[in-house]
Amino acid sequence: MAIEILKEKCTGCGLCFKSCPYDAFEFEPYDGNKLGRVAKVNAKCSFCNQCLTACRFGAIKEVQTASGDDRFKDYKHIWVYAEQRHGKIQNVALELIGEGRKLAKDISEDTQVCAILVGDKIDHLAQECFEYGAEKVYMIQDPLLEQYTTDGYTKVIYDAIQEYKPEIVLYGATHIGRDLAPRIAARCNTGLTADCTHLDVKVSKYIEFAKANTTLDTSTLDPNDPSTGIKQTRPAFGGNLMATIICPNTRPQMSTVRPGVMQKLERVPGATGEIVNVKPAITKDDIHVTVKDVVKSAKELVSLTDAKIICSGGRGLGGPEGFELIKQFADKVGGVVGSSRAAVDAGWIDHSHQVGQTGTTVKPEIYFACGISGAIQHQAGMSGSKIIVAINKDPDCPMMEIADYGIVGDLYKVIPEIIKEWDNAEELYDASTR
Amino acid sequence: MAFNIIVCAKQVPDTNVIKINPKTGTLIRDGVPSILNHDDNNALEEALKIKDKYDDVHITVISMGPPQASDLLFECIAKGADEGILVSDRAVGGSDTWATSNTLEAAVRKWEKENGPYDIIFTGRQAIDGDTAQVGPQLAEKLNLPQVSYVEEFHMAEDRKTITVKRQLEDGYELIELQTPCLLTTIKELNTPRYMSVNGIFGAKDIKVWNAKDIEVDLTKVGLEASPTNVFRSFTPAPKAPGMKVEGDTENEQAKNLLINLKGKHII
Repeated sequence: MAIEILKEKCTGCGLCFKSCPYDAFEFEPYDGNKLGRVAKVNAKCSFCNQCLTACRFGAIKEVQTASGDDRFKDYKHIWVYAEQRHGKIQNVALELIGEGRKLAKDISEDTQVCAILVGDKIDHLAQECFEYGAEKVYMIQDPLLEQYTTDGYTKVIYDAIQEYKPEIVLYGATHIGRDLAPRIAARCNTGLTADCTHLDVKVSKYIEFAKANTTLDTSTLDPNDPSTGIKQTRPAFGGNLMATIICPNTRPQMSTVRPGVMQKLERVPGATGEIVNVKPAITKDDIHVTVKDVVKSAKELVSLTDAKIICSGGRGLGGPEGFELIKQFADKVGGVVGSSRAAVDAGWIDHSHQVGQTGTTVKPEIYFACGISGAIQHQAGMSGSKIIVAINKDPDCPMMEIADYGIVGDLYKVIPEIIKEWDNAEELYDASTR
Repeated sequence: MAFNIIVCAKQVPDTNVIKINPKTGTLIRDGVPSILNHDDNNALEEALKIKDKYDDVHITVISMGPPQASDLLFECIAKGADEGILVSDRAVGGSDTWATSNTLEAAVRKWEKENGPYDIIFTGRQAIDGDTAQVGPQLAEKLNLPQVSYVEEFHMAEDRKTITVKRQLEDGYELIELQTPCLLTTIKELNTPRYMSVNGIFGAKDIKVWNAKDIEVDLTKVGLEASPTNVFRSFTPAPKAPGMKVEGDTENEQAKNLLINLKGKHII
């Protein structure tokens, strides 16, 4: 792909300069217009195409490189790395099987979603993958694969990819997925996109998504475009900008996806599929690290991703004691305690509670943001909440702008009142409608 | 023989202060400072801690970026690193993580050719502008090194060969043992970075700038054109419809009004 400037149409006005997030425009002298200059694209261009719609004179054109060739005809089906730890499949893997199934059927009826299970003595996990939508399971087992090691898992998955040639491989963006995926992608010499929050294969579906959720001008996209390369949307620049990434020239296409973003399918008890037992070619010498111990921390488990209600506290609490109130609040409403990065960095609460770009992505029914100003990184992790309630002294903070309900006031006075009245909500509502 | 440590570091815009121009939907970059990426600061600090302990430790900081990224190398040397190498060339601009790891691989190989073997490569887990956490593992792959990412505790035995690290997991950690040479990616829990020292700030600075030719990198494997991933479109997230301010003369009234609204919309 490339951006081309049609010199005879360019007026040298510079509108495109303002639209470019990458500073990729320069002027060059030109005799054919009044200003004596035309725009020129420099090496900083990332082909984000923001300029296409900024030009009022039709002087900017996207030049497509040839596609639809059969370079990739050997690559078929979508693989999901079904991450398991101690014989338990991670939730994100089941979410990805659900997402993978949707994408597979968008590519073609006969494209399958396949789970790839790696470990030792994990035969029983295949059933769970089938029940959540996998059509085929590749099972790779060996005593040397009992524990996750970067070396061992990279080798056996890479070998399987070489043999079976999937079109797309999806991994959960867990600490293990983010360790494994780049290593495999580098060995395959293919592209990998990190921490995706949305995936499409069909251009028409991408247009639907863009229209519903973004400010993107979709007029330059063709809904009848038959290509089915993956379009991977992720936050960039700390969530200030969203980027959709493609991987046009190499296969397989690979993405890691944040836990809690995609939807699991309804479990179908008794569902079955094909199991392919892959014999791994692995020896002790392939593994260069020794896992001495795996320790589960004693700290309480915070299940932010599954929480229906989250009561989150930030810098506005003023100190660690503020989280006692947040805890009371959460206990009352049946919620889980969350926090902003500022509160974690201040040492007021453990980082396992952190919501945001570098913490957990959440999408509860209700998100109470208490004393959280709403930095863009925080929003990146919670803007998918169904209802956001902001409680803050500052009526102009960013959180108020995205909140469905904003209470301007002292959280130390407001929250106790909500706690007090919580059980009366029904009566209060009835009284208000009478 | 000296104990050689290579630290890979990146200069990044401070994304905490980046704002979007709501009218044009573009980034406002004026006045946004460039900083040493946070996780990379922890990578450097761990190398410096080893240097504090042994006299024969030599720390090289390698960064890929535009010419002004040499500021970062000044900062690293002022904190105690011995030399800084900036890999800067238009040919490597626009690289994705795969192409970046090819560039860094070539730079590390050149360094090794000139200076002999290295013992440890430290990189930050991820950079705050991209947040991919991919370049560290990809560099390890290209250099054929064992890796441990998300290192939150580091211990080296007296033989300076055997390394034991704690690798952070979501719900705990793994205790991992491996041998040098290896590549470790670091997180903020690992240590507290030091400040620049006065002597460091005013001392001599050994900074080299290498271009693509110097590192003898295959030009078909670096830069925008060679990168397997491309940006298809980019955009700003859609602003949400404005919410409502919950009124009330007292906190109790505010609380009641909120609950009435939540109940009325069947949210609770």
